[in-house]
Amino acid sequence: MAELGSHHLATRTLPLAGHHGGSSVVRLEAAPPAARLSLRARAEDVAALSASLGISLPVKPKTSVCVNGRTALWLGPDEWLVIDEDHGGLLQAATDSGVLHSATDVSHRNTAILVSGPGAAAAINGGCPQDLSLAVFPVGACSRTLFGKVEIVLLRTAEDAFRVEVWRSFSDYAFGLLAAGAQDAALSA
Amino acid sequence: MLLIHCPYCEEDRSELEFRWGGEAHIARPENIAAISDEEFTEFFFLRNNEKGLTYERWRHIHGCGRFFNAARDTVSDKFLLTYKADLPKQPIAAVEEALAAAQDKVVETWEQTEGDAR
Repeated sequence: MAELGSHHLATRTLPLAGHHGGSSVVRLEAAPPAARLSLRARAEDVAALSASLGISLPVKPKTSVCVNGRTALWLGPDEWLVIDEDHGGLLQAATDSGVLHSATDVSHRNTAILVSGPGAAAAINGGCPQDLSLAVFPVGACSRTLFGKVEIVLLRTAEDAFRVEVWRSFSDYAFGLLAAGAQDAALSA
Repeated sequence: MLLIHCPYCEEDRSELEFRWGGEAHIARPENIAAISDEEFTEFFFLRNNEKGLTYERWRHIHGCGRFFNAARDTVSDKFLLTYKADLPKQPIAAVEEALAAAQDKVVETWEQTEGDAR
């Protein structure tokens, strides 16, 4: 049998590997891989989970909390998306809380597209019905919503930057629609 | 774009994010095995399908994911009120009065004035 060198090992290709797009006012990038947790818990168990995860889970609609590369996004009254861009260990941290909860590792179900630039909001509004003005959707605001025909989780990371979390099998579509939105934003800029 | 107020997100959102969930405030029988077939039919299959003010369940499926209740006018498609799923039926006094008044008026339909079908 042939000797297996390291170059024979399977290589993992990211869902959006090789994608590039944007326009003069919008920059589109595939986000690096991250650990993600879909978390559901009752109101009385939020404090224990927050302590264990090292991040206070937001309880106000449309808000997020970001500490040390770990972000918790409010999706519903008992539902959060927790993203860790540095280390992972989210599932273990949730288990260590010792309280009743439901946690599912969705790190590989989702991928993310980083949309930035002065036309970022306009590019996203090309397929998203939400009001993305700073007064209504400030920095740190997040929401599960629709983008074209796919569901996304939208997070505003800066005044002119968004993170679009999308299911990996929908990411090609989302990226294409964002690229079209970016070009439209450049026309009207 | 029709905007619907989600009582959990505490915000008006596009209708695209919502899905209809059937008539609201239908209580499941306490002991469903003990009821007769007729009572089961009434509970399970029959709905009012009212014209005008109706109470419906809606789901913010592409948002917070929660079911909630809504009072909606099926003629104008206007949402009069939305409230959380665990609340009892919320009265809408002004609307109910207006609907009652409207029902007292004789509506001239084609059948009544011109047609043969009476």
